[in-house]
Amino acid sequence: MRQIAFYGKGGIGKSTTSQNTLAAMAEQGQRIMIVGCDPKADSTRLMLHSKAQTSVLQLAAELGAVEDVELDQVLQVGYRGVKCVESGGPEPGVGCAGRGIITAINFLEEEGAYEDLDIVSYDVLGDVVCGGFAMPIREGKAQEIYIVVSGEMMAMYAANNIARGVLKYAHSGGVRLGGLICNSRNTDREVELIEALAEKLNTQMIHFVPRDNVVQHAELRRMTVNEYAPESQQAKEYSALAEKITNNTNLTIPTPITMDELEELLIQFGILDSDDKYQEALAADGKAVATV
Amino acid sequence: MTTVEERKQLVQEVLDAYPEKAKKARSKHLNVTEEGASDCGVKSNKKSVPGVMTTRGCAYAGAKGVVWGPVKDMIHLSHGPVGCGYYSWSGRRNYYIGTTGVDTFGTMQFTSDFQERDIVFGGDKKLAKLLTEIDDLFPLSQGTTIESECPVGLIGDDIEAVAKKHAKDTGKPVIPVRCEGFRGVSQSLGHHIANDTVRDWVLPKADEYRKLPEGFESTPYDVNIIGDYNIGGDAWPSRKLLEDIGLRVICQFSGDGTFNEVVMTPLAKLNLIHCYRSMNYICRFMEEKYGIGWLEYNFFGPTQIAKSLRKIAAAFDETIQEKAEQVIAEHEKRAKAIVAKYRPRLEGKTVMMMVGGLRPRHVVPAFEDLGMEVIGTGYEFGHGDDYKRTADYVKEGTVIYDDVSGFEFEEFAKKLKPDLIAAGIKEKYVFQKMALPFRQMHSWDYSGPYHGYEGFEVFARDMDLAVNSPAWGLIETPWAS
Repeated sequence: MRQIAFYGKGGIGKSTTSQNTLAAMAEQGQRIMIVGCDPKADSTRLMLHSKAQTSVLQLAAELGAVEDVELDQVLQVGYRGVKCVESGGPEPGVGCAGRGIITAINFLEEEGAYEDLDIVSYDVLGDVVCGGFAMPIREGKAQEIYIVVSGEMMAMYAANNIARGVLKYAHSGGVRLGGLICNSRNTDREVELIEALAEKLNTQMIHFVPRDNVVQHAELRRMTVNEYAPESQQAKEYSALAEKITNNTNLTIPTPITMDELEELLIQFGILDSDDKYQEALAADGKAVATV
Repeated sequence: MTTVEERKQLVQEVLDAYPEKAKKARSKHLNVTEEGASDCGVKSNKKSVPGVMTTRGCAYAGAKGVVWGPVKDMIHLSHGPVGCGYYSWSGRRNYYIGTTGVDTFGTMQFTSDFQERDIVFGGDKKLAKLLTEIDDLFPLSQGTTIESECPVGLIGDDIEAVAKKHAKDTGKPVIPVRCEGFRGVSQSLGHHIANDTVRDWVLPKADEYRKLPEGFESTPYDVNIIGDYNIGGDAWPSRKLLEDIGLRVICQFSGDGTFNEVVMTPLAKLNLIHCYRSMNYICRFMEEKYGIGWLEYNFFGPTQIAKSLRKIAAAFDETIQEKAEQVIAEHEKRAKAIVAKYRPRLEGKTVMMMVGGLRPRHVVPAFEDLGMEVIGTGYEFGHGDDYKRTADYVKEGTVIYDDVSGFEFEEFAKKLKPDLIAAGIKEKYVFQKMALPFRQMHSWDYSGPYHGYEGFEVFARDMDLAVNSPAWGLIETPWAS
C-alpha cells in the first residue's frame, strides 16, 4: 500500500486535482481510499456525487466521543469503488482543526480502515500551519507528497513552505517529495517557472495540468472529468498524471529555499520586479499623483 | 576565613558541578549576604534552567490555588482536562467557615473535564452549559471564576464572551481568568493575572454586586486583610489582633473570605497586606483608583507582631495606638512564657528555609524569637522587590538561593548541616531521608495557625517537635555495624 498526500495553497485546486487523478488511477485498477483532512469536508464530493459526507468528527461530536463512531458510519464507497472518508473539524474560528485531523486519522487506523488498499490519499487543507496539519506526513503515514501549485507568487510561496514541512519529517518519518503538480492559472511562462522552482526544491514538475472549463462543468455536476467527459483532452491529462504518479520513482528530500531566493526567482521570471524597479515604480506613482 | 568567604566558596563548589552555561545562569541566583548589604544580590523571576529540579508551579496554580481559590462562596472552575483540577484539589489548607456544598465550596473540585471533542470543537458550549448547571445545583454560590488550563489558551476559546453572556443573563459574576500554565516563569504570573481580573472584572462592578450588611456605616477604622490565605487558620488570630486594637476588618481577601468581601474592599480606609508577592498588584491599583493606602505587616513571632501592630496603629489615631500598646502588653506575658518554654530547647539551632514568595523573609524573626538562626533562605518565585525586603531580615553570612534546584539545596544542606529544613512537600522526603528534621512551610504540615500570638505558640511547639524528636536517633544505620 502506498500512502500519498496532496498539499498546496488554499483554493489552488487540490481537491479537484486529487479526485480527478484518483478517479483515473481507479480506472487503472488501483484500490483507493481518500482521506479528506479539511474541516470544510469537501475532498470527496466529486467521488460521492454529494455535497459533503458525514465526517468522523461531526459524528463524534454528535455521539459524544470518537470511540462511539463505527467505521461504516463514516466510510462511504464512491465512484469506481473509491473509499471516501472525511476527517471534518470545527466551524471556523473555534477549537483546534489540527487536533481534529490527528484524532480522525488515529480513529481510522484503530478501526482498520487501511486494509485491502493500494493507495491511500490525503487531501490536506492549505499550508502546514501547525502540527496537526503535518500529521499525514509523519511516521507511518503518507510517504509521498505532491504539491499542487501554479505560477502565482503566493502558490509558490506556500509550496516552498510545505517543502519545509516535508524536510522536517523527511529524516524522522521517511516522507519524500514526489513532485509539483502545476495546476495552470495561465500565468506568464508558467511551465518554465514551475520547472525552475522544482529544480530549486530538488524535485520535478511531475505534470502540467492545463486550464480547461470542462473541469468546472464536471464539478457543477459533482463529477470528476473522467466520469463527466471521459473522452475529453482534460480527462487524458488526469490519466497521464495518474500514470506518472503510479510509476513515480523520483522521490526526494526537498531543499526548500529562502524567501530571498524565491523572490529572486520571481524577479528572474518577471513576476516580481527588482528593488530598483520597485523604487522607480513608486517614484513614478508619486509623479503621477503630483500632476493630478 | 570569615563565614561569608567560606560560604561564598561553598556556593562556588556547588556551581562547579554544572556545565558552563547552566553554571553561568545559576551563579546569578546564588549569593551570600554581606554586612550592610541593601539587597540580596541575586537575580530572580527568571526562567528556570532546563534540566534542573525546580519546585516552581505554574500560572494556573497561582491564580486558582492562591488568589481566587480561597474565596469560599464562589465556585472556581478548572477549565480544561481533568488533571490540573484534580491535582490542585484542596492543595492549600485554606480553612473556612461554612457548609461545604451548600453555601461554601472550598474543598470541592469543579472541572470541565475536557475530552478530545472539546479540544477539536472548542469548549465554549460546554462551559456555558456548565455555568448553568452550577447555578442549578448550587444556587447559593455567589459567582464563578473560570481558571483556564493550557489547552484553552492553545485552541483560543473565547471564555470571556461566555463569561460575559452568562453574567448578563444571571446577574451573578463570572470571571474568566486567563491563567494558562505555560504563561510566565512560575506561579507568580498567575497571582498577577488573578489580581488583574479583580481589577478588570470585579471592582468596576463592585457597587452593583455589593450587598451591604444591614445598617452598615463606614468608620475611620475600616481595614481589609489582603493576602492572608488562612492556611491552617492563620487569618483568624490575625483578624482578632486587628480587632483588639480597635480596627474593623471589613474584608478578608481571600482566606475565609466571601465574594461580597471582595467587593467591599473599596470601602476600607487601609489595605493591610500580608503576602506582598501575590496581592501587591491589587493594593497598588486600589491606591491609585480609590486612594486607599496599603501597609505590609508581619504576624510571625512576638517581635514582628509588636512591630507590625505599632506600624499599623501609627496609621490611625491615638486611641488605636494606645490600644495597640495595651494588646502588646497583654500578650507579653504569654509570649515570654512561650519563649521561656521552647527557647532553651531550640537555642542556637540552625535553619535553612525555602518557601514561595513571602515566608522566606517573614518567618525569619519568628525563628530568631526562639533563639534559632536562619543560615540560608530563598524564594521559589520571589521578585527583586522581595529580595530587597529580605535584606532587612537576614544576617551576614546567610546563603541566599533563588529558585533553588534540588541539587543545590541538597548540597547546601550537606555542607551547612542545618538542624532544621523548613520548605515544601517536594523537599520534605529528600531531607527526611537524609535524617534531617523537616517542617513544611507552605501548609504548616497539617498544623497551624502560625500567625499571631496563638500561632506563635503552635509554631514554637512544632519546631520543637521536629528538631528535638528522638525519632532520628532511634534509626540505626544498617551498614554501620
